[in-house]
Amino acid sequence: MSSGPRTLYDKLWEAHLVETRPDGTSLLYIDRHLVHEVTSPQAFEGLRLAERPLRRPEAILAVIDHNISTQNRTDGSFEETSRLQVEALVENVQAFQVPYIPLLDDRQGIVHVIGPEQGFTLPGSTVVCGDSHTSTHGAFGALAFGIGTSEVEHVFATQTLPQRHSKNMRVRFEGTLPEGVGAKDLALFLIGQIGTAGGTGHVIEFAGSAVRALSMEGRMTLCNMSIEAGARAGLVAPDETTFAYVAGRPMAPAGPLWEQALANWQRLPTDEGATFDQDYTFEVSGLAPQVTWGTNPEAVVDITGRVPDPSAAADPAKQEAMRLALDYMGLQPGTPLEEVPVQVVFIGSCTNGRIEDMRAAAHVARGRKVAPGVRALVVPGSGLVKRQAEAEGLDRVFLDAGFEWRLPGCSMCLGMNDDRVGPGERSASTSNRNFEGRQGRGARTHLVSPAMAAAAAVTGHFTDVRRLLEVR
Amino acid sequence: MKPFTTLTGVAAPLLRANIDTDLLIPKQFLKTIVRTGLGRHLFFELRYDDQGQERPDFVLNRPEYRQTVILLGGPNFGCGSSREHAPWALLDFGILCVIAPSFADIFYNNCFSNGILPITLPLAAVEDLATEGSLTVDLPAQTVSGGGRSYRFDLEPARKTTLLEGLDAIGVSLTSLPAIEAYEARRAQATPWL
Repeated sequence: MSSGPRTLYDKLWEAHLVETRPDGTSLLYIDRHLVHEVTSPQAFEGLRLAERPLRRPEAILAVIDHNISTQNRTDGSFEETSRLQVEALVENVQAFQVPYIPLLDDRQGIVHVIGPEQGFTLPGSTVVCGDSHTSTHGAFGALAFGIGTSEVEHVFATQTLPQRHSKNMRVRFEGTLPEGVGAKDLALFLIGQIGTAGGTGHVIEFAGSAVRALSMEGRMTLCNMSIEAGARAGLVAPDETTFAYVAGRPMAPAGPLWEQALANWQRLPTDEGATFDQDYTFEVSGLAPQVTWGTNPEAVVDITGRVPDPSAAADPAKQEAMRLALDYMGLQPGTPLEEVPVQVVFIGSCTNGRIEDMRAAAHVARGRKVAPGVRALVVPGSGLVKRQAEAEGLDRVFLDAGFEWRLPGCSMCLGMNDDRVGPGERSASTSNRNFEGRQGRGARTHLVSPAMAAAAAVTGHFTDVRRLLEVR
Repeated sequence: MKPFTTLTGVAAPLLRANIDTDLLIPKQFLKTIVRTGLGRHLFFELRYDDQGQERPDFVLNRPEYRQTVILLGGPNFGCGSSREHAPWALLDFGILCVIAPSFADIFYNNCFSNGILPITLPLAAVEDLATEGSLTVDLPAQTVSGGGRSYRFDLEPARKTTLLEGLDAIGVSLTSLPAIEAYEARRAQATPWL
């Protein structure tokens, strides 16, 4: 194909191209397919109706995460209405011989946490899932994107998807992040800059010294949120941090295959001189913790800021949208964010449910108490995250401070189980969407980092976590 | 999938920006294992009050919009979750075409999987068309018209064919089976760890 300098995305695309049709569409090969209970039943049913076989069951990893209780795992612990989907998945994985992590297995957890944990997600691969936050896996230098249920069925039947080549965007974060500021703040800051549709039609490669310095957990948080900027996918070029994370994982290559894979992965990073359709650079050494104030992730300000005034917005449509958002959120323009009280704190989700997130929150919570009137949940992203956190004593830190320590699942990020934010209640949430009704009907969601969520929990209102860390 | 050629009927305006898929159909209705019956839950939060009664001022509840087949939306329509329940709910309600200044990627793809035509037009055109109660969409000619006005829209030829012929996308890909098998043979050599 092209012989000039190529981007990481171009390399991934070309390596997975099965064929290009005369009409310009390309058939892309899919290496890895994550499956959960909510978006798969109709896809399995479609195969049955069309009497089509599932092409490569071994390319799939299935798990239950969206619907389940985070309080107990005994039989019947999920809401009655969820039972049908849970049972359907168990039945389907048996009927189609699909690898499945059972509910009571320690490895169970959120799809986007367990894929990397198991070494199922690998650099240089294509990863899909019927879930928009599949962009998470781009942190490994994998081309990973969310798909609809019809496409899930398409991958089941063909192991391919018809795709169009996206444009290349690069976002460079340069500098050293201050203590208390992390990947979630980078993600929210970026969406505030380019907007929720700023990445539409693009694959975003994250680069720069601040990205190189991120752990895999941080890179996953960043790529996870690239869908909230509308991007097709997010990417970080694999490096030593990536290889160290992948090495020794149960499903990762080992021995001579590892050496062969490593040589391949080292050739993935964007070539010198490759061009991007869009290229942004942000200096982030002075970045403040971010908090959203509205009903989509681009409505974000520094924690030191105030709720914006719609009348200051440029056009009438924008003003009206801001008024609607403030009305839903129950906020007055000009209010300092630090004066906004919270009733619920949620630490978890595919965005921020990993061990590093648990550590960051526990570091703030240690020796402090959840403020009166605040309900605070910590939901590890997987059984393995939970086990690790407990080995480090983080569960004790949370429990001593008055947080609830729950079982892994998607939980209050979208409230498909019984973890919901009540009508008119305000939450500080480490999840990814502050849409109307997302965490519960009438719920008012503010997106923050795990450290900021913990800070809100112990003070009862949004608080600049940097101040709490100063006294550590 | 039913072929899409032309469509004439009620067009409802809902011009706010960032209509996300949580708004199109909230989480409590994702627990189904079938594709049908979601139309009554479309725009649930906007359409019904806390007691489950219809809000009379919501556009789809107004008498003149009960038979809506075309929806006019704002920029970044369908952002958020990949849930195909969103187009399933539109389809079940009877909406076969959405016109907006821009769409989120996954939702846009999901529309074509379900025979729904998403049309991208500039905001001014969408606003202009929103003043008409009834519109005609002509897919072969790639036009939307009503009240004496007509706008031409762009559409990728492959997407157009899919809708015009009501193609089974999986069936089409399976005609490439030899290419898929050849790729798999190359892949086994080049990246055996995958």
